[in-house]
Amino acid sequence: MMKLRTFKIGGIHPEENKLTSDMPTKMAELPKQAIFPLSQHIGAPAKPVVNKGDKVKVGQMIAEAGGFVSAPVFSSVSGTVFKIDTSFDATGYRKPVIIINVEGDEWEDTIDRTDKLEKLSDHAELTSEQIVSRIKAAGITGMGGAGFPTFIKLSPPPGTTAQFVIINGVECEPYITSDYRLMMEHPDEILVGIDLLMKAAKVNLGFIGIEENKPEAIRLFEQKCKDGYAKIEVVPLKQKYPQGGEKQLVDAVVNRQVPAPPAIPVNVGAIVQNVGTAFAVYEAVMKHKPLFERYTTVTGKRLANPGNFLVRMGTPMSQLIEACGGMPDGDNKVLAGGPMMGKALTTTDVPICKGTNSVTILSGKDARRTEPQPCIRCAKCVSVCPMGLEPFLLATASAMHKWEKVEQEDIISCIECGSCQFTCPSHRPLLDNIRLGKSTVMGIIKTRNAANKK
Amino acid sequence: MNFILIAVIVLGIIALVSALILYVCSKKFAVHEDPRLAEVSALLPQANCGGCGFPGCSGMADALVKAADKGSIEGLMCPVGGSPVMEQVADLLGMAVANAEPKVAVVRCNGSCEFRPRTTEYSGLRTCQAMNACGAGETACGFGCLGCGDCVSACQFGAIRMNQETGLPEVDEDKCTACGACVKACPRHIIELRKKGPKGRRVYVSCVNKDKGPVAMKACKVSCIGCGKCEKECPFGAITIDGNLSYIDPDRCRLCRKCEKVCPTHAIVAVNFPAPKVKVEETAEVEQKTEA
Repeated sequence: MMKLRTFKIGGIHPEENKLTSDMPTKMAELPKQAIFPLSQHIGAPAKPVVNKGDKVKVGQMIAEAGGFVSAPVFSSVSGTVFKIDTSFDATGYRKPVIIINVEGDEWEDTIDRTDKLEKLSDHAELTSEQIVSRIKAAGITGMGGAGFPTFIKLSPPPGTTAQFVIINGVECEPYITSDYRLMMEHPDEILVGIDLLMKAAKVNLGFIGIEENKPEAIRLFEQKCKDGYAKIEVVPLKQKYPQGGEKQLVDAVVNRQVPAPPAIPVNVGAIVQNVGTAFAVYEAVMKHKPLFERYTTVTGKRLANPGNFLVRMGTPMSQLIEACGGMPDGDNKVLAGGPMMGKALTTTDVPICKGTNSVTILSGKDARRTEPQPCIRCAKCVSVCPMGLEPFLLATASAMHKWEKVEQEDIISCIECGSCQFTCPSHRPLLDNIRLGKSTVMGIIKTRNAANKK
Repeated sequence: MNFILIAVIVLGIIALVSALILYVCSKKFAVHEDPRLAEVSALLPQANCGGCGFPGCSGMADALVKAADKGSIEGLMCPVGGSPVMEQVADLLGMAVANAEPKVAVVRCNGSCEFRPRTTEYSGLRTCQAMNACGAGETACGFGCLGCGDCVSACQFGAIRMNQETGLPEVDEDKCTACGACVKACPRHIIELRKKGPKGRRVYVSCVNKDKGPVAMKACKVSCIGCGKCEKECPFGAITIDGNLSYIDPDRCRLCRKCEKVCPTHAIVAVNFPAPKVKVEETAEVEQKTEA
């Protein structure tokens, strides 16, 4: 067998715990009240275009993009706008939201709700610009979690040229299976989506990176690609976290290394998109369906009935947890996302957003951190860092507020994957400190750049 | 013998030449330092806390001398030394000193464990900065004190300590020099430098929650709900409500304490006032009752 590819430096092997990989996706029930945060993406928050008391339909725009780096928000339900207020988001802070009381399920007429597969070859009239503008208008943001508006990624900054599209089907986070289920259930739509992304980015080459722990998905996509998508190559990858990180994926799939920030993957010719994004692009362009639904895994070892759901955005997480048998007894840690990169919630009233690929509930011992011990200088954190940094040094220097030092040591390259903290035998809060340092240094760089411009 | 003589002569010549070079250099490249710098520096407390806004006491001394050359040292203030030190400095530089009022750090959060129930448990790095970046903290209030004591570790004068019972920091007014280190350290901007007031008497809103009333009340029973009663009550127009939060302007407040009485959530706090007489009567009544 051919040696499987993977990224070159660092990486860890956390326990997989993919409890839900064989569970077909279920439709989640409609919520009674849907909450739509205005800031579900990186960039400026969206601006509401509806007022209290307005009637809305499924797929109607309720907030428009608030700037260039921004994305509109669409209603996933039909009903009446209850209020425009603030509500808890995943961080526990109150952020502006639109709350809609659900009445019935009436869709916008423009949305094509049939299952018919629309191939790109049947729609040769679509130009790149049209595809990009439809993606922009449909409010599509990266579905992998970070939530960067997709249309911006498709228009590379001046001086760079896209050479190929890499689709991220890695799903390297433990527990999460929503991307896998999507790949198994909608492979044709995803492939058309990739075709569209390739056309939009004006490239003729596409890759799908899938980890070896999903052999059925690899087989399925290899078969489908052989049968009609010659430009798309399936790349089976060795299992290793954080392979789903953009830079790691580019390294693994095409063996090119993305330089330190501000460089982005397109500097080496790659446009990286999630499989979920490819599917959303298909629906937006071919079915005129804006982004208001997504695949989400609700999982946890002690959860009675974990599962994969097709969820209308705005559905409170508490409702999904209830549908899975309710919150387990004892101590629980609820994460929006997986156990490695997920964000711990302070309340389950938080809605499912564009980037919520999973709700993970860690219980009992898993929910608690172990008491940190002194650093024993084993350098395990250094050997697992996928960015080749020295986490112990960055963490200590950040804790001592030595911002110049951490900037020199390239703290802004950190992708916050948490491998260092996972591997630390002394359970030191490395990532906590590094995050602090990183955000402070980013602030310093921003003010410095602003001052230099003047 | 000859060797010794040669060595002495050669070394002597080298020494002479070096001395000459050193002399010329010291004259030619002499750095003129204002003698006042050292004198001003000696007057400053040498705490190097940065409270004045300059990098340490030497930075402040430099700024003071430069300002004096321009004609006025107004606006420059050493918070640690306070008026006495500034007077001395002004004397030395031959300037008039604007008498700045002494200030003190005030913690604007009332949400002790009793009034602000803990809703979640945070198990990450125990610093306020980390907790603030990671989420709203252990209570439902996204504005209040996180209780990890970043202010305590920032204080160089040992003036802040954590009250274990309330979970809130307490400022020792005698030790506080109003250097502002805690103000910068607090990620939630709860601590404010306020006028110390006559005999240390101050009235302030001990809350920074900008949520709407019901939401704020749910998170914390003693939060400011922005009801505006204090604003209406204040005879001096010292109180403004901005974003569901009341603020008392220390320059306008005349310490009448009317606002404190009308505040429905007791978010307005008056400190260092003598115990009210009413209380004595109350205790007297209680005593009477117990006697009866």
